Amino acid sequence: MAEHATHVEGLAHHFVSMEQQKEAGMVGMWIFLLTEIMFFGGLFLAYTIYRTTYPEGFLFGSHLLNVKLGGTNTVVLIVSSLTMAMAVYYSQKGDRKKLLAFLALTLILGLAFLGIKYVEYSTKIHDGLFPAAATWNPPSEGEHAIPVEKQQAVHVFLWIYFLMTGLHAVHMIVGAGILITLIIMAQRGKFTKNYNSPVEISGLYWHFVDIVWIFLFPLLYLTGYHFTPGGH
Amino acid sequence: MAEHSHAHPDNPLKYYIGVFTLLLVMTGLTVFVAKYDLEHIWPPLNIIVAMTIAVIKATAVVMIFMHVRWSSRLTQLIVVSGIFWLIIMLAFTVSDYYTRGGWPTTLGQ
Repeated sequence: MAEHATHVEGLAHHFVSMEQQKEAGMVGMWIFLLTEIMFFGGLFLAYTIYRTTYPEGFLFGSHLLNVKLGGTNTVVLIVSSLTMAMAVYYSQKGDRKKLLAFLALTLILGLAFLGIKYVEYSTKIHDGLFPAAATWNPPSEGEHAIPVEKQQAVHVFLWIYFLMTGLHAVHMIVGAGILITLIIMAQRGKFTKNYNSPVEISGLYWHFVDIVWIFLFPLLYLTGYHFTPGGH
Repeated sequence: MAEHSHAHPDNPLKYYIGVFTLLLVMTGLTVFVAKYDLEHIWPPLNIIVAMTIAVIKATAVVMIFMHVRWSSRLTQLIVVSGIFWLIIMLAFTVSDYYTRGGWPTTLGQ
């Protein structure tokens, strides 16, 4: 009973100790991430089924993607995962200045990712490669021509590309919102050496979104990297 | 603290830098390998190499950046069960497609 009577800063009344409170938060976040694994997992399953059904269409489709931009975004996300891990580390140390600096760096990198994604999306839409009825107008002549008989399969690939990277981008936008919230909270001095669970839990989310991209990059961008249309 | 299987290291920064370096090297490696058509050697070789590298990268992020190496057994169990369920979804569905016959079809050829 003595534990309950003593007020510990940052401890909610329904927890016995800070350790228990932190553990509950971490377990809760991991349960949420499991639902996220199954959420993205359904799309990875769709990718597997359609890639096996349309192997050449996936080679053609993947070849249309920009490996330089996709690779740059991969590096941007890797650096942002490091800066997020550093932010969690300094929140545990109670170093507010470094926490704020690394949160801000992570946010900037997240926005850079979304900026590059925007460039990629607008190029694809401009080239008539957005797989919707009103925008679908793939080139049938020239350097990036897609043979008419392959267009349906490429359409399926691009549909999966936009859905998977789009869902990932939505998670990045949510992540940016979370980082802005954390920055405001850190500026107001909400985090101490003893209380930093929101930073740690948000870190789990950020790293999870990075892991999704670790799989998306080779599956979408690199599948057709060795492929030369027309030449075998 | 008895629930914790491993204590946090005093200085995790060297682990973070290590994982960061590994992720960059592995990204370079996966791009380099993807330039070559390994499918001439064995059809699924390109995807096997790419997915092996991706799994190594993801494992490093989960264990170090997400602290699972130093987390409680309960958290570790949750992580493993999530991957297990994902494998069930992928493996059972794909095996179902294969054993029904007529798949993969020649639709895409």
